[in-house]
Amino acid sequence: MDMTLEEFIELLQDIKEDVDFENCTTLIDDHVLDSFDILSTISALNEEFDISIPAAEIVPENFNSAAALYAMVERLLDEE
Amino acid sequence: MRNVLEWLETAAQACPGKLAVADESSRLTFAELEAKARAIGSALSGRVHAGEAVALYAEKSADILAAMLGTAYAGGFYSLIDTRQPKVRVEAILAALSPAAVITDAAHAETAAEMLADTGYEALMLEDLAACPVDDGALAAARASAIDTDPLYCNFTSGSTGTPKGVLVSHRSVIDFIPVFCSTLGIGADDVIANQAPFDFDVSVKDIYSMLCARASMHIIPREYFSTPTKLMDYLCDRGATTLIWAVSAMCFVSIMNGFGYRLPEKVSKVMFSGEVMPPKQLRIWQKWLPDATYVNLYGPTEITCNCTYYVIDREYANDEVIPMGKPFANERVFLLDEDGALVTEPGEQGEICVSGTALGLGYLGDAERTAASFCQNPLNRRWLEPIYRTGDLGRLDEDGNLVYVSRKDHQIKHMGHRIELGDIEAAAMGVDGVERTCCLYDSRRKKLRLFYVGSIEKDALAESLHALLPSFMVPNAIRQIDAMPLTKNGKIDRNALANLK
Repeated sequence: MDMTLEEFIELLQDIKEDVDFENCTTLIDDHVLDSFDILSTISALNEEFDISIPAAEIVPENFNSAAALYAMVERLLDEE
Repeated sequence: MRNVLEWLETAAQACPGKLAVADESSRLTFAELEAKARAIGSALSGRVHAGEAVALYAEKSADILAAMLGTAYAGGFYSLIDTRQPKVRVEAILAALSPAAVITDAAHAETAAEMLADTGYEALMLEDLAACPVDDGALAAARASAIDTDPLYCNFTSGSTGTPKGVLVSHRSVIDFIPVFCSTLGIGADDVIANQAPFDFDVSVKDIYSMLCARASMHIIPREYFSTPTKLMDYLCDRGATTLIWAVSAMCFVSIMNGFGYRLPEKVSKVMFSGEVMPPKQLRIWQKWLPDATYVNLYGPTEITCNCTYYVIDREYANDEVIPMGKPFANERVFLLDEDGALVTEPGEQGEICVSGTALGLGYLGDAERTAASFCQNPLNRRWLEPIYRTGDLGRLDEDGNLVYVSRKDHQIKHMGHRIELGDIEAAAMGVDGVERTCCLYDSRRKKLRLFYVGSIEKDALAESLHALLPSFMVPNAIRQIDAMPLTKNGKIDRNALANLK
């Protein structure tokens, strides 16, 4: 992917301000992101990377941290 | 019929062993639901008098439904308190309700104790109440003195002055609306209703009382499934859901998260939605995957008991088209009034949507002024008492006489399925030290709440304070400190100028 993790975090911060995407690894487990934030994140990632995230990928393991989200997008792009 | 409990009692007689309600881990037949509600009603009957409130502090569950109906058995009205709210908000709701009892369940006992610490209330445990012996005499006495215009429930929504607003609804309104709703949209005993809405939202009134009235079954979907689409789709399929009466945002969750690509709930035959304008693009995804289902757009605020108009969708809509809200349900009058209080009849002309009929709620709990402003005499009728509810929604009629939504008259918005008064957020911010002036805007395209403020407090500190004052869905997505509020030539805050600030 032609985006660094830092740039990816900026993208996430555009979706939701005031979240420590750099360090937080419990975005879902600690309800930092709610259902609506997840929805916004998916819409934004779909648009930005022209991907379609399958339902089976929308699990806490993939959404708990910026790094996990980044890895998921990278994997989905590779699979295409 | 004059009490909603008559539905429960006739169902428990006619089909005692049939499943009434199930959640993730428990299930109650109609006979079990009745027995549990009667036990809870008996336990409450000594504490709760006719017309008094019972507050329920818990997540939705089959047992909580029994406690809601148990409250009705005792002659009181119930109010569910959203457990995700900050303490100050819970305290404000309790102050408005002044409940005769507060009930919680084992799962929420600890947080309930924290929330109630400074209120003088002590929560009763649902499990203890359900274990009480049934007192037939007390229940019969409560029923004999009840009348159909007594309140059944109170749902709190955001209020423009910063205090939550409790909308009170009577048995009569529910008794008159639900059978019309079921027969118009074909909900019957074979239906399996998948409940999405929390029980403090009136969308759930349709699930609960359609289940009782039509003797259908209801499966409560846990809230957290709306963060994990695979769990949600598995639940819908495994429980054999046929009927979805959902908020628009919940439907979008399924379509945006590719839920259908994972698993298709093939038995779903009725999909009804309300609360916000449905984006045609998302609806088309539903129509593609479940082409044989009936899709219905519902409209109406809590104050008129669930919905007052409906539109059965008969085709696909393009992205730039608006799905109509349709025509009134039987026994409700829905019409448009212009600014001078005259009836709007010309297609395309705008007016405020007004409603009359027995579906009208009992007003705002403990707030006569607000009630009088919204529930008023029909200006078109000078001959007898005819209260109408002025929704504050602007609408127009299309060429076929269908009602079409235009916009709000005031600063109330719909965000994530919640009705929010922007003034409520502004009032909370104004209460924080170091804030001099605020204005909250809603960016409907990006679905973001944006708060602008003038004052000395740092942005992060203000955000932190707001988290403690407001439910999470009301905390602004973006906060911006500015030197001065832009003003219009009339001296009002120039909202357009704020919206265009770079």
